[in-house]
Amino acid sequence: MARLARLDLTPEELERAAEQLGDVLDHFADIEALDLADVEPMTHPYPLANVLRDDAVRPSLPRDEVLAAAPAAEDGRFKVPPILGEAP
Amino acid sequence: MTAVAEGWEVVVGLEVHAELATETKIFCGCPNRFGDEPNTNICPVCLGLPGSLPVLNRQVVEHAIRLGTALHCEIRPSIFHRKNYFYPDMPKDYQISQYDQPITADGWLELPDGHRVGIVRAHLEEDTGKSTHVGGDGRIHGSSGSLVDYNRAGVPLAEIVSAPDLRSAEQARAYVNELRAILMATGVSDAKMEEGSMRVDANVSVRRVGSPEYGTRCEIKNLNSVRSLGRAIEYEARRQIDLLEAGERVRQETRHWDEGDGRTHTLRSKEEADDYRYFPEPDLVPVAPDDAWVEKVRVSLPPLPAARRAGLAEATGREPVDAAVVVAVERDLDRLALAAVEAGGDPARVLVHVEHNLAVEGSERLDPVALAELTRMETAGELTATQAKAVLADLVAAGGQGDPRTVAKEKGFEAMSGDALAAAVDEAIAANEGAWQKYVNGEAKAAGAIVGAVMKATRGKADGKAVTALLEQRRELTPRPGA
Amino acid sequence: MTGPDPATALAIAADVRSGTRKAVDVLEEHLAAVAAREPELHAFNLVTADEARAAAEAVDAAVAAGRDPGPLAGVPVALKDNLCTRGIPTTCSSRILEGWRPPYTATVVERVVAAGGVCIGKTNLDEFAMGSSTENSAFGPSRNPHDPGRVPGGSSGGSAVAVAAGFAPLALGSDTGGSIRQPAALCGIVGVKPTYGLVSRYGLVAFASSLDQIGPMATTVDDAALLLDVIAGPDPMDSTSIPDRPRPVLDQLDRGVDGLRVGVIEEMRDGCAPDVLARLDAAAAALEAAGAKVQTVSIPAVRFGLTAYYLIAPAEASSNLARYDGVRYGLRVDAPDTAAMNAATRAAGFGAEVKRRIMLGTYALSAGYYDAYYGKAQRVRALIAKGFEEAYRDVDLLLSPTSPTTAFAFGAKTTDPYAMYLSDVCTIPTNLAGHPAVSVPFGSGDDGMPVGVQLLAPALEEATMLRAARVLEAAR
Repeated sequence: MARLARLDLTPEELERAAEQLGDVLDHFADIEALDLADVEPMTHPYPLANVLRDDAVRPSLPRDEVLAAAPAAEDGRFKVPPILGEAP
Repeated sequence: MTAVAEGWEVVVGLEVHAELATETKIFCGCPNRFGDEPNTNICPVCLGLPGSLPVLNRQVVEHAIRLGTALHCEIRPSIFHRKNYFYPDMPKDYQISQYDQPITADGWLELPDGHRVGIVRAHLEEDTGKSTHVGGDGRIHGSSGSLVDYNRAGVPLAEIVSAPDLRSAEQARAYVNELRAILMATGVSDAKMEEGSMRVDANVSVRRVGSPEYGTRCEIKNLNSVRSLGRAIEYEARRQIDLLEAGERVRQETRHWDEGDGRTHTLRSKEEADDYRYFPEPDLVPVAPDDAWVEKVRVSLPPLPAARRAGLAEATGREPVDAAVVVAVERDLDRLALAAVEAGGDPARVLVHVEHNLAVEGSERLDPVALAELTRMETAGELTATQAKAVLADLVAAGGQGDPRTVAKEKGFEAMSGDALAAAVDEAIAANEGAWQKYVNGEAKAAGAIVGAVMKATRGKADGKAVTALLEQRRELTPRPGA
Repeated sequence: MTGPDPATALAIAADVRSGTRKAVDVLEEHLAAVAAREPELHAFNLVTADEARAAAEAVDAAVAAGRDPGPLAGVPVALKDNLCTRGIPTTCSSRILEGWRPPYTATVVERVVAAGGVCIGKTNLDEFAMGSSTENSAFGPSRNPHDPGRVPGGSSGGSAVAVAAGFAPLALGSDTGGSIRQPAALCGIVGVKPTYGLVSRYGLVAFASSLDQIGPMATTVDDAALLLDVIAGPDPMDSTSIPDRPRPVLDQLDRGVDGLRVGVIEEMRDGCAPDVLARLDAAAAALEAAGAKVQTVSIPAVRFGLTAYYLIAPAEASSNLARYDGVRYGLRVDAPDTAAMNAATRAAGFGAEVKRRIMLGTYALSAGYYDAYYGKAQRVRALIAKGFEEAYRDVDLLLSPTSPTTAFAFGAKTTDPYAMYLSDVCTIPTNLAGHPAVSVPFGSGDDGMPVGVQLLAPALEEATMLRAARVLEAAR
């Protein structure tokens, strides 16, 4: 889980996290018992559909301001350490 | 269709990502443009800055409906999902895509040879940024770092997934070409593989002919051209067959095509498969195009390549899979050909010209009436094929308008009468005794010298085929030694 | 009734617009209040005095030129530090965004400024809005002005302190599971969570996208309504914002509660301290005395709210917080490769509670567990919404405590995360349903600390809810 979440945890942190997670999950037993097969999941509280915008250009951000916030930049681009592995 | 190897069959499914032709990105108003200075077409939304939110581009939905309709798919109410994974070219470290409720699904595409390929789905998603690797030799391995440009992040993509219905590298290539033609005809994408606006990944497996089960498949990436696609499929099929014939198993994995060494290679293996933890995108609401919109799109679509091939085939008495018909549609010259036939042109000659002599710029401006007239002159024997080709070239160069008769006269083209031709042939035979003897004795190639002499003497006015025919006639009448 | 308390936003705006008071003077008074108690209370991550002075001057100049600066003319407004303000650090009280200056401003902030509001500073919160006490802030907690040994509540603790301590008459907070209402209750002020979609989330650093809402915090119901009217309304930058223009609420609050049917939610009494329940009962009585019909209602599904929330919110958060990877902004801890850099950066940049929720959320979404956890929780959510819908057939408003207890001491709930989560048991269900709710101060507990009661309404019924809130305010 820590790897998927890109979180480096120390062994103590990992152990404590596992414990606390377990505790919290135990509390969730109440919904485990519920039979909700007939209930549709609710993903949006307010029912909206087809919210679209026109295909019209709007101003972009000034590159300098954006790169000024970057931890590392070179040649107008964001610099990162070597990437191992291809994108999925 | 080329068989892969005795007793084996290759099964291919293709995933094609096409960049959609819109002014702006899928979820923001940044320009959807290739080639600008890095990081100049970004905003809080496509950069995924904290607090930013996506808003869907109407034109993207329009294109999805166009594409889905052209691929005979159902247009469905759909939602977006988040596909969660970490990679530096992903501004939010999740990609907004569609998962189990795509906007279009269940269609098909017809190849020129009539074979139907199932389209499982075509859904919408956002593109990632681009990283270039510094140091090393530009490849990931051995690099000292990477530089990321987010201009491409948020460009709208349609991902088109075919059923595993392709059975050869050729069919796969035909599929990609046909899909490309459809994308261009509908205006949905300019689909240029070399520029990256169309990307193809292949899922390849093999099985023994007659087997009802599918073999284990590998995903092949990094295919930069239709040619690479074909080569990669052939290589991969062979690789898998070799493994299986040696009693080993094919491992399900993603492999990278290397154009340089002509092989696929395993990508650096991951400890476990990525779990994308898909869940419905809470920042976007469902998209449900109404019937009126879908119908409006349907009636506005231009004729698609398959229909155009059928139309041209019917008008010229050919099959839709005929090379001349396929090429005519591919080059957008079918309307010209149809018009020429309608104007009284000879269908066979029209197609020959379209296939072989009109691959030049400006051909689309050619007056179909002129083309029709030209072919009539040919069939009447007034022009040889070679002469007609030259007249055509002149007409196109002059802007496509003009009278072929006038051009032919200006060039001094007149067909030769039968007597004049026979006389020229006899003269050439007399002047080339040696070659004639060889030809009579069975060396077909020796005729070449005589034909050449005739052409020289008549300054190209003779029709090469007619000359050859006359030579054959003469030979029949010539007694052979020892006959 | 005489005019509004001169310290209220309504009074200030009226005075500044009419030229009776100068915005710069109003600002200096409030900055003096900040200087006096801020070192002790730590409401702010950043006081933006210079920018505020410039804004106040602009307001005064507009008035002098005969222009109307707007309904918030010259009113100091505190902004929770998870609202993007261009060029001004927006940290979410996290080390991972320490010093980050956004290149854009949140829609709600733009609306406040356009209405003449003077932004006075960025307030402290629990890191990334995850928490109920500000003890999860990377920059130290905020302290309750009524008793600095106690928490102000969270996650909008800093905003609550700013208003309660008189640093600013108005503040913006955000509410995902109670983060406006609970600190409002603990600090004795008014806090409103609007209907989901009424207020644009563009520029609010996301915690749980389907639950987050920005809302007003103020000393009076009218002031809260004033600010609500400024920030509410459709935003083309937010796909989930309700497209219809809402009717302003402020001028609808005089109608009283005669004939209104109010239901006290039985299940929300569970686990509440007796003194809190006593105030709840007093509030019910006050509404009845004013003409409302009060009854008890049962909504069994709300019992599952906590569980559903602690699956949905962390799940969405785990995805929303993935972007903090050290690549484009914020903290970066160097490492030989990008994946290692991501992990090291996040380990150093996130606090314990944030990490805990990311882990929990990742788990709830993971393959094989989605249906049992996140998937199930979304169905429970639908069940709760349905429960409210049914209840609202018989009543117009619902009533409950806001927080089960008054403000607790620092450290009292930090050892067991679940104990902290229980602080939100009364507020969470409305976030799940997407409905509006308001916490109104209504007396004190046995320890002398403020108690808030919560009014809940159906979607887009803010006016009804705030009418009743007005009645309670007058009666306390």
